[in-house]
Amino acid sequence: MTENAPANDVMVKAEGVHKYFGRLHILRGIDLEVRSGQVMCVIGPSGSGKSTFLRCINHLEKIDAGRLWVDGHLVGYRQRGDKLHEMHEKEVAAQRRDIGMVFQRFNLFPHMTALQNIMEAPVRVKGEPRQVVRERALGLLDQVGLSEKVDSYPSQLSGGQQQRVAIARALAMEPKLMLFDEPTSALDPELVGDVLDVMRRLAEDGMTMVVVTHEMGFAREVGDSLVFMDGGVVVEEGDPREVLTEPQHERTQNFLSKVL
Amino acid sequence: MTEIDSTGSARPESIKAVPVRHPGRWVSGAVILVLAAMFVHMLFTNKNLDWTTFQKFFFDGGILKGLVATLELTVIAMAIGIVGGIILALMRLSANPLMSSAAWLYIWFFRGTPVLVQLIFWFNIKSLMGDISLGIPFGPTFITWDVNSLVTTFIAAILGLGLNEAAYMSEIVRAGILSVDEGQTEASQALGMRRLQIMRRIVLPQAMRVIIPPTGNETISMLKTTSLASTVAFTELLKAGEDIFNANYKTIPLLIVVSVWYIIVTSILSVGQYYLERHFGRGSARELPPTPLQRLRRNLTTFHAKPPAVQEGSA
Ligand SMILES: Nc1ncnc2c1ncn2[C@@H]1O[C@H](COP(=O)(O)OP(=O)(O)O)[C@@H](O)[C@H]1O
Ligand SMILES: [Mg+2]
Repeated sequence: MTENAPANDVMVKAEGVHKYFGRLHILRGIDLEVRSGQVMCVIGPSGSGKSTFLRCINHLEKIDAGRLWVDGHLVGYRQRGDKLHEMHEKEVAAQRRDIGMVFQRFNLFPHMTALQNIMEAPVRVKGEPRQVVRERALGLLDQVGLSEKVDSYPSQLSGGQQQRVAIARALAMEPKLMLFDEPTSALDPELVGDVLDVMRRLAEDGMTMVVVTHEMGFAREVGDSLVFMDGGVVVEEGDPREVLTEPQHERTQNFLSKVL
Repeated sequence: MTEIDSTGSARPESIKAVPVRHPGRWVSGAVILVLAAMFVHMLFTNKNLDWTTFQKFFFDGGILKGLVATLELTVIAMAIGIVGGIILALMRLSANPLMSSAAWLYIWFFRGTPVLVQLIFWFNIKSLMGDISLGIPFGPTFITWDVNSLVTTFIAAILGLGLNEAAYMSEIVRAGILSVDEGQTEASQALGMRRLQIMRRIVLPQAMRVIIPPTGNETISMLKTTSLASTVAFTELLKAGEDIFNANYKTIPLLIVVSVWYIIVTSILSVGQYYLERHFGRGSARELPPTPLQRLRRNLTTFHAKPPAVQEGSA
């Protein structure tokens, strides 16, 4: 298997990834590659396995077959000779530090202020000095346009503001890769723009991103590649502008005719 | 509500109407007042209540010593109950089937037998165990203790009450942990946090909102349950009272002394519970409800405040 290990500039590589929930076959052989600094957008009907695939990338779900690499390392396993060894919980946690994740429902810690939310992991997980982390957290809050919300609790913030804090929280760990699972789907329409702006700037700064989204405008302008998933497989992949205007497959055409 | 909004227009005049009358409230109020007056009259005239004895023994050295013992017993038994409850709850939620069934068995046993029976059991442990020795089962022993010197009446009371409490607390803690959204654990995992870290920093603090109110009830209940320890010859508050009335036969006044002390401590615990709930409720409500002190202060200031300026404007 080592001969298939990804090239140096590949951040995420999936090869024949399968996932079952009990007897349900959810992912049916996913092959994908995301290069460093690139933004891959993933679209597809509800239940097609987009979230599941994203969760496999940081080992929130275990894959049942295939291989998945992030930054050249197998996710959740170590290869010794031709045998795979499951990683210990501690090693899995260490691997996740470098992968930021943003959820549809924000999942901020409600008992902590915005600043505490952002500082928690760098202080507790990486053991960085509080003062250093605090400076960085304040900078990140400023970057997402929320410097006046430092001491607000999540319940005192709008959905859009919560999602921007959640992005700042993930960025505080200085990840190499950011995963977004429908980050704007739970937001009122007028709040979507602020969150997308933050993500757009992140992409411009060279962050590698995998974004599950229904925002076709964002996919077209920011995405370097677009993946259409359906029924647990990648149906079509290509340049977003081409896929969106001239989809090759009938299932893609059907889906796009419903959402555009 | 602002009295005058930013455009400078005055608030509309509020409705003036004759309020609904409630004759029923006046009648029931009068009945309650009469009953209360009769009760107070009885308190002061009934010879058996003997208030001089009450006064004489309220701050009696023996009673106060008993009170301190009751408090110690409550605190230590609850501490064992809470720590044990958390451990049992984590065991029950563990993926390891051996762990979860061990916890289940513990809870099943300790909830299935009366705490009084457990207390008497610990008090008589000597006859079951003989001596306790540390060593390899069926193999050599290293150290041996005499159980009687190890299990004093105080230890027996602590074990009886604390181990029983742990079974109840574990169910409370488990319900609290399960009440925390799954997404919290996922977000923490995605940040690279470890299992215990997630439990301690993220899940348990949020579970506290669900855990604290029933734990307050458990503590208050424990305070009173410690009186069972009097049956195994441990001198807590009730036993201290009993020792006195067994000598002077003033049973009722001393039971009142004891009861008043229980009520005082229970009241203090209730206030503590209120502030603890407030502390762990932070972040959940947009604005925390005012404390009684704040409410009192606010009521006083509105009482003395001049009628708002609007009235003059609209008049
Ligand atoms: N933990 C789980 N257990 C069982 N089935 C699951 C679980 N998570 C997701 N699924 C199922 O997997 C399928 C794909 O889910 P998901 O990846 O969330 O789809 P998408 O994000 O594309 O809407 C759905 O049919 C869903 O019901
Ligand atoms: Mg999804």
